[in-house]
Amino acid sequence: MNTPTTIPQMIENHRDSLLADWLQEQATIGSQRLLISDAELRQQCLDFLRLLQEATASGGMKDMNSPQWDRVKELLESVATSRAQQGFSPTEVATFVFSLKKPLFGRLRQDIRDVENLGREIWAGTEMIDRLGLYTAEVYQKARDETISRQQAEMLELSTPVVNLWEGILALPLIGTLDSSRTQVVMETLLQKIVDTGSTVAIIDITGVPTVDTLVAQHLLKTVTAARLMGADCIISGIRPQIAQTIVHLGVELGDVATKASLADAFQLALKRAGLEIRRPAASALAGED
Amino acid sequence: MDRIPILRMGECLLVTIQVDMHDQLALALQDDLTSAITKQRTRAVLIDISALVMVDSFIGRMLANISAMSKILDAETVVVGMQPAVAITLVELGLQLPGVRTALNVDQGMKLLRRALRAT
Repeated sequence: MNTPTTIPQMIENHRDSLLADWLQEQATIGSQRLLISDAELRQQCLDFLRLLQEATASGGMKDMNSPQWDRVKELLESVATSRAQQGFSPTEVATFVFSLKKPLFGRLRQDIRDVENLGREIWAGTEMIDRLGLYTAEVYQKARDETISRQQAEMLELSTPVVNLWEGILALPLIGTLDSSRTQVVMETLLQKIVDTGSTVAIIDITGVPTVDTLVAQHLLKTVTAARLMGADCIISGIRPQIAQTIVHLGVELGDVATKASLADAFQLALKRAGLEIRRPAASALAGED
Repeated sequence: MDRIPILRMGECLLVTIQVDMHDQLALALQDDLTSAITKQRTRAVLIDISALVMVDSFIGRMLANISAMSKILDAETVVVGMQPAVAITLVELGLQLPGVRTALNVDQGMKLLRRALRAT
């Protein structure tokens, strides 16, 4: 049953008052805050009404996948994406579409006297707006997910700096939880840096690792083993007292991996292995400088 | 059949693996190297695998075996120049090569061997 709807005609006739009421409605709900300027919001609403009218006028209010809805969807996509970036909440984004219901149905009530007709039009309108609202929410969610995964990738890159402490001595300060994908990145960057710098000692500092469980310990040992296979020694440093206790309670076997409580101790050991030492200048030399 | 050359340099036998290792080649190397150690009475072996980019568990085990065999024949073995990707693969395969000495490059490998020979 495909009865012609009066909604496009109605939007056409009352566009200005509809727009004013819709803006008013959004302001009352108080959802727009100060994240977006009035002029911008007004433009978005105006565009949406125009495109909605075009889409509904060319028929097929049921099927959102038909080509006449493409431009409406495009607009909603841009609105949802930009709002996701501006920091709107999901409710606020969905309200953009849903708040159109009240003014739209108000106009329908004014225009149509016949109860049966009115019921049908309102049902058609509800269905349409619900679909548009859900679509907006979906796009918003997708935009948020993209932001999150991009930030994760950035964090992964930032969180594994390999520093050259001394000729032949590398340090890898680990910060944050170690999972498999991160260990992979850590391992690759460390090994590559070992090759690039020709370092024989690498200090892995776990001061910034909040918890060490069997899995994390296993990941650490893998990295140490891989470095050893390439001919570099690893020292694990920054082991806090609680972590030392956990490691023993879990029964993790660290084998013959050198461990030190602090990065300073580890550095000292590394210098010793490289045949270097740090000394205070002799008292006479100091006096001579003054 | 092609073979991997075993060169003598002073007290040391030098093996440079420059081609893709296949199983037959690995077995031949094992034979050649053990006989070279006994015949030439060397006490140090340096295996350079910096050109090796692909390994499987067999090659990994072979490296461990050669080290163990040399040890029995009283020769120190050091494996040098392992690529990061190769090291990661071996660890993922569960081959930690516990008895194998390693070094970053030929230079450091030689130093290690000299130190080991002096110690005994």
